[in-house]
Amino acid sequence: MTKSISRREFFLKSMITGSSAFFAKPDARAGILFPKNKVAAGRVVSIRDNSVRTSKNSLNPDVVENMLNTAMSAFFSVGSAAEAWAGLFSENDVVGIKVNCLAGRGMSTSQTLVDAIVKNLLAIGIPARQIIIWDRANDDLKRAGYKIQTSKRDVLCYGNDHAGYTRQLYESGSIGSFLSNILVHQCTAIINVPIMKDHGIVGITNALKNFFGAIHNPNKYHSFKGDPYIADVNLLPDIRNKVRLTICDALTSQYEGGPPYMPQWCWQHNGVIVAQDMVAMDSIAWNIIDGKRAEKGMPSLKEAGREPTYIRTAADADHKLGICEPNAIDLIEI
Amino acid sequence: MKSRRRFIKNTSMICLGAGLVPNELFVSSASAATGAGELLTEARYYDKLAHRKIKCVLCPRECVIDDLERGYCGVRENRGGTYYTLVHSRPCTAHIDPIEKKPLFHFMPASMAFSIATVGCNVECKFCQNWQISQVRPEQIRNYDMPPEVIAEYAKEKKCKSIAYTYTEPVIFTEYMYDCAVAGNERDVASVMISNGYINPKPMKDLSKVLRAVKIDLKAFTEKFYRNLVAGELKPVLDTLVLLREMDIWTEIVYLVIPSHNDDPNELKQMCQWIVSELGADVPVHFTRFYPQYRLKNLPPTPISTLESTRKIAQDAGINFCYIGNVPQHGGENTYCPSCNKMLIKRRGYIILENNITGNRCANCQQEIPGIWS
Ligand code: SF4
Repeated sequence: MTKSISRREFFLKSMITGSSAFFAKPDARAGILFPKNKVAAGRVVSIRDNSVRTSKNSLNPDVVENMLNTAMSAFFSVGSAAEAWAGLFSENDVVGIKVNCLAGRGMSTSQTLVDAIVKNLLAIGIPARQIIIWDRANDDLKRAGYKIQTSKRDVLCYGNDHAGYTRQLYESGSIGSFLSNILVHQCTAIINVPIMKDHGIVGITNALKNFFGAIHNPNKYHSFKGDPYIADVNLLPDIRNKVRLTICDALTSQYEGGPPYMPQWCWQHNGVIVAQDMVAMDSIAWNIIDGKRAEKGMPSLKEAGREPTYIRTAADADHKLGICEPNAIDLIEI
Repeated sequence: MKSRRRFIKNTSMICLGAGLVPNELFVSSASAATGAGELLTEARYYDKLAHRKIKCVLCPRECVIDDLERGYCGVRENRGGTYYTLVHSRPCTAHIDPIEKKPLFHFMPASMAFSIATVGCNVECKFCQNWQISQVRPEQIRNYDMPPEVIAEYAKEKKCKSIAYTYTEPVIFTEYMYDCAVAGNERDVASVMISNGYINPKPMKDLSKVLRAVKIDLKAFTEKFYRNLVAGELKPVLDTLVLLREMDIWTEIVYLVIPSHNDDPNELKQMCQWIVSELGADVPVHFTRFYPQYRLKNLPPTPISTLESTRKIAQDAGINFCYIGNVPQHGGENTYCPSCNKMLIKRRGYIILENNITGNRCANCQQEIPGIWS
């Protein structure tokens, strides 16, 4: 179910509803393995704003921040973004921001968006040293323009190769992996900040697939379009219990040729998508990418032989990680 | 293309001191210093595709890999449309082992094999014995800098008759294996590949020119087993075995008998009949005992009676040299003459207690015994 509202309408509405819906109890879609502190499964807020581009075609940080704050307020049905952030994290949390930087500059999680997230975390009193921007490897982060920061004087930023992996093997369904120490031992909470794009093997890479960056052996789990491996990874308790929010970078997206950066297949979607239900978010992202492919006269992902079936699997009775069925998703478009 | 610095120094000594599963595993900041990024050798078996993609044709998986991504084995990476191996000259472990440990029972008995491995594998057996090194990526473990000449020199210096590519899956370090084998051959040191046989025909044919012997792990005789417990396929492995026979490379087979998964007598019978008809009766087959490992810990070790009945099935099918492995002091580890039934080689574990093969014949009845004996 999709509700489209303008930003103005949203603000008027939120002034009336106030914070009554904040962290509403999960709804009656019983059985979904949805952690505590969460809004109902299936809710997704998508915001787009073409003024996010400056005349030089770079991102305007103020507009990005504004988009994020608006989306956060809408998602949690509260009057201010600060209220939403404060309800998610405490000062004692060590918050990991899981970005996706494999494709280098051009098609990695935008620093401007990450900066806006960090600003909000600092504003609610989380010390800089308790914020870790992370991905698989320092080199990946550097290639995307992030500065490696390992001393606790500032917001931290490093890869699994710096922090290492667990010595214990974690098994979940079809997968057996060592997990990033950042995920297991360093962070108490995770914000997942994927980038929405096409993936040549598994269909799309977005929220669920981003956690292949938390295991030591992602190369082993791309067969069969990543199905059920991606769903199984997300069933790991450290992911299920620690991921409190997913903020998708849909500012620049790619509908073909991914995961590497292929400028000829990118478009400026100028969007940010917020959800806690990663399955619902991925279902929306799948729809957006397929929509773009149709617009460009390309076959759908299914027709191209890479329908991202892992998203459906993540919603099935064995995984119950969220809602995939588009009609059951509570999509709010701003 | 080689952009590596060659340190021909005492790395071999360091390496030999290291255990098979180094404690350094996953202390990544340290290992990153020797990270995969700097040491690149272009891969030999791949096709360039549009948009900087490549297709690796080294093994039947034939991964299609985007720029900056790696194949299934985790040790090969696409950089801007050129495919590189990240493990050439970078073994993670090396030991001097008796050749019987491989096991190769018909290949220079009582000789030593300088045994090396890099990280990585092109399958994921749920029962892998060396998963700590086979299922990781090069930057996640400490590696050593040992170019082929160092390997060959060291093997010769230590009087090893062969270099064995073993422990993990040598197919995935095929360029390094090939170059080491060439360096070894120049020094009169043979090379043996201890493999799962999951390799495409072209690279296998190329390797056949420099290898003296191969041991293949035939893990089961059903595609179902390969799909569910190996993440691979049976058919290409059988094709490799046939190819090795055509290429006249000395080959032995190991079959790990796993309770309830690949110990069905009918399947075993079919497999043994296939071996006899396609490879001949003289291919030694080692039926080895399973111990719970890695992701298959919920099973008991193989009952010895199962191994014995399996061996009997093989003998009844006409296989001349059937062994029982991983059961110390079992009579099934000895070699018997298929003609006069006299004991030819008496073994205890990896030690040869008695050898009654003269030249390549049974000392008792003069029957020719297949193998490479010196
Ligand atoms: S060798 Fe590695 S990259 Fe090449 S096809 Fe096999 S698994 Fe894939």
